[in-house]
Amino acid sequence: MNLEDIIQKTKTYYCLECGKCTSLCPVARYDASFSPRQMIENALLGFGDELLFDKELFSCLTCYTCQQRCPSDIDFPVFVQQARSLAQDNGQHGVCAHSGQLQSLQRLMTSPAIKQKRLEWLSKEYRVSEDGDVLLWVGCAPYFAPIFEDIKFNALDITKASLKTLNLLGIEPRLLPNEKCCGHDALWTGDIETFKKLAEYNAAQIKEAGVKKIVFSCPEGYRTFKLDYPNYVDLRCEVQHISEFLAEQIGQNGVKLKEIKKKVTYQDPCRLGRHLGVYDAPRKVLQSIPGIELVEMRHSGLDSICCGTSAFTNCDSYSNMLRAERLCEATETGAELLITACPKCQTHFRCAMTDKGEEHRSTPKIDILDLTNLVADAIEKGR
Amino acid sequence: MAEFEPQIVAFCCNWCTYAAADLAGTSRVHYPPNVKIVRVMCSGMVNPIYILKAFEGGADGVLVAGCHHSDCHYIDGPVKCDTTIDSLRKVLHVLGLEDERLRRELVAASEGVVFARIIKEMVEQLKKLGPSPFKVRMEALA
Repeated sequence: MNLEDIIQKTKTYYCLECGKCTSLCPVARYDASFSPRQMIENALLGFGDELLFDKELFSCLTCYTCQQRCPSDIDFPVFVQQARSLAQDNGQHGVCAHSGQLQSLQRLMTSPAIKQKRLEWLSKEYRVSEDGDVLLWVGCAPYFAPIFEDIKFNALDITKASLKTLNLLGIEPRLLPNEKCCGHDALWTGDIETFKKLAEYNAAQIKEAGVKKIVFSCPEGYRTFKLDYPNYVDLRCEVQHISEFLAEQIGQNGVKLKEIKKKVTYQDPCRLGRHLGVYDAPRKVLQSIPGIELVEMRHSGLDSICCGTSAFTNCDSYSNMLRAERLCEATETGAELLITACPKCQTHFRCAMTDKGEEHRSTPKIDILDLTNLVADAIEKGR
Repeated sequence: MAEFEPQIVAFCCNWCTYAAADLAGTSRVHYPPNVKIVRVMCSGMVNPIYILKAFEGGADGVLVAGCHHSDCHYIDGPVKCDTTIDSLRKVLHVLGLEDERLRRELVAASEGVVFARIIKEMVEQLKKLGPSPFKVRMEALA
């Protein structure tokens, strides 16, 4: 693939040069040298090298804010994704956060010989089925748990809460003992080769398991399965985010929720919101818990601000400023709890709040929790 | 078929373990040639990605060795190294890698014999374990 193919595929030639993308872009607000419009121009005018060898190519959050307002409906995030793949072919990798260990783990995971021990956290209190129709996707949580111990974030808490909630609703989901990373980060950093291997492996595993529905507690996995896998593999399976699943289930089967008296605000994850258009389901779930008062931040829903980093690339001081801005908005609402539906949003926010560096001194602090943790609490107490 | 010869990548601290390896050489202490030593200024600077990259590149085992806790030139390098290794060990455990493949040792500059013993032990252990599971991918690519 070359730049011309990418232009044809993403129809960037429709660009009107209106600059709405750059004026709305959360990164461009802080980083003056970052301009989606300029990047498209560079591609259209044949300055491929200036696009591909610019470090800013990896600064894009692929949060879809630009695409929402583009009058020509140009899919800029996909353009960036493909351009990154081209840049990778030319030896450009971007600056990977956490020194690139998360990307390295994905590459290591493509080895067919590994036997993961990813379900060691599974204790007897959870009920899982051996041959059910519903699969709960565990994803990267077992890897994130040790990596992010220092910021006091255990991603497995989210998985456990999801599993507990499903159990309390009378559903015994299946868990795959050797599922691999969905490949989201590999895809969005342009490492298509790794992504393809992971996708093919996972599709084969799911086909063999014969499940009908996959429930995700991570919007990134959900997005990858719903929008990206169909382009590479044959996956005949219904996919759903846990918030959508809960929105359907709560209010049925006589499920009662206990009162939790709290004022909360909700962070729309970019993958769940703008990528897939799921805005109402998490809010419906939150509002179905008695006692919960949901207050919206200044930017919410379609205009929601990203948590500052995607695919663990180019996490820089601008990302930190974005995070601080978002946390300011959250505290301004007067909410005591920030709810999100994405483990990565939580990682990045917790990181910003734990970091003791100079630029974080003024970052406001707020308690942060995943939607599933709150629901698991409410259902458990309500029984 | 020839006997499996494991490949070890050893990250050795400049002040202690690298000197120990040197001492082992000058004192004619024998140890297997399966190890490739990478000199680092302090064991505390060994980042998880160094170790992961070594495995990606086809290493069967990785050794991270440096000064004893009281000897560090940079005060608390070994403490930092311990934290890194503990965290990475948990990650590699989930990935299904045998614990023996990543080894953390404290070897002072005067302990050339200890260094040679560690390498001997590690080579024996790795021979029993066989090639690294990540190698399958590497060979498939070649």
